[in-house]
Amino acid sequence: MELRGRVIKAGIAEGVALVSPEPIGFLGGVDPETGVVIEAGHPLCGQCVAGRVLVFPTGKGSTVGSYTLYRMARRGTAPAAIINAESEAIVAVGAILGDIPMVDQVDVTRIHTGDRVRIEGERILVLAS
Amino acid sequence: MANGLRLTPEEKAMLAGEEGPGVQKAMEIVVALGQIYGAADLIPIASAQVSGVSYKNLGDAGLELLQEWAATGVRARVPAMLNPAGMDLWQWRELGFSEEFARRQQAVLGAYTALGITPTCTCTPYLVGFVPHLGQSVAWAESSAVSYVNSVLGARTNREGGPSALASAITGRTARYGLHLDEKRRARAIVEVHCPVRTEADLGALGYLVGRQVQKGVPYFRFSPSDWNDSAQALKALGAAMGASGAVALYHIEGVTPEAQREPMVAPDAPTIVVQDLAAAYAALNESGEGIEAIDLVSLGCPHASEEEIQAIADYLDGRRVKAALWITTSRTIRQRAEAKGVVARLEATGARVVADTCLIVAPVKELGFRSLVTNSAKMAFYAPSHSGLTVHFGPTERCLEAALSGRW
Repeated sequence: MELRGRVIKAGIAEGVALVSPEPIGFLGGVDPETGVVIEAGHPLCGQCVAGRVLVFPTGKGSTVGSYTLYRMARRGTAPAAIINAESEAIVAVGAILGDIPMVDQVDVTRIHTGDRVRIEGERILVLAS
Repeated sequence: MANGLRLTPEEKAMLAGEEGPGVQKAMEIVVALGQIYGAADLIPIASAQVSGVSYKNLGDAGLELLQEWAATGVRARVPAMLNPAGMDLWQWRELGFSEEFARRQQAVLGAYTALGITPTCTCTPYLVGFVPHLGQSVAWAESSAVSYVNSVLGARTNREGGPSALASAITGRTARYGLHLDEKRRARAIVEVHCPVRTEADLGALGYLVGRQVQKGVPYFRFSPSDWNDSAQALKALGAAMGASGAVALYHIEGVTPEAQREPMVAPDAPTIVVQDLAAAYAALNESGEGIEAIDLVSLGCPHASEEEIQAIADYLDGRRVKAALWITTSRTIRQRAEAKGVVARLEATGARVVADTCLIVAPVKELGFRSLVTNSAKMAFYAPSHSGLTVHFGPTERCLEAALSGRW
């Protein structure tokens, strides 16, 4: 299956999808040293985003979250790529700072955790899980 | 990449990396924000004010980012200055900041200086020469300064984040959306104020109430005549409080602010909010300090104090001695002006400190050992319990000064 989105940070990446039905806030929501989601009660709590194609509706929380994403990229704990339904400034700026390929305006319900996903610019290839 | 967004040849070249990777990254940020918010094109800015200066907030991740960006050799192409840092850059040692914090804070300042940003660390740059004029677009980040230049000066800025303001400083551009557009500057709520609003604390209390109600909206104030204070200090307090309890970046005041003279500044369906008294705000902002009488720190100068405010505090305290720590926070320039007039020496003789470059929201206050804070700033009272773990008493300046003298609230 192929989906198309709008490029926020251009790039090519491939990985296994990790899908959150709820928004993600990176400052305080994800441990930058490990890439593990630590927000209590979050559907992804306890899961590691490092190297995954992270799919979620939109960002939330403090604007310092942009720096958190950058730090994760430098530590090697960042997602391989980010797919949002609708991007907002915090995650978009973090993805650009951290050189993390990012696409938005995507029907994220068509991607499931465990799917193998390849991103090439605005193209999203969803391979069999 | 820039679908839907028109770029000039020069902007396209920046985006393509023709001016190097540092400019390219900055332009990617400006363009991405333009796309997200549906901008038609980019606009030149007259100045940028960059937040994310205190090492307390930036951490090592932010410091690394700034150093890496600076290493690409990019420099700001418009006048740009900084929000408050985490400490007084000259007096940090005597004020009790640790060597370790100071070293990292200095590294942050070094990176910003390399990026061509003037290390004027203040939330009130409009008091020290950075005064955008009516209708001019800028990219400023500090919420209270954003509110002041939009509302009181009629300049135009969105509430930028630290990296986006820096990206605008480097590219000299911002995307044309939000408060750069005429229609977004119209008021979405009318606020009728029916009670006296005289002190800066009263304006802050009012701002706290209105910010909670209108959130991101643009309020249009109507005050009962002669019962309120429209000094620059009071307007600074009003905007700061609305930017803290809500995300208000622009307000209008009938008969006072420049754009309130234009029609139609109020959206036809704007609801009316009536403020009868400020008691609820005083109660909420004093909640964390309830039952605590002994206080150890009085903070005045949030947003940073003007020369007039510092002078008035000196006049009030002359010849007396404070029991609690009293920090009057201001910009380096204002401190130097007050020093030249002997006002700093008069204040220091009372035991007060005139602290520059920082404030108690962005300083590592816990590390300094303070627990119980008194302030005349609704913004400070709103943030101090959550950001700094302090209990707070909030009241007018004279009551704060009496608390500093007695050590009790």
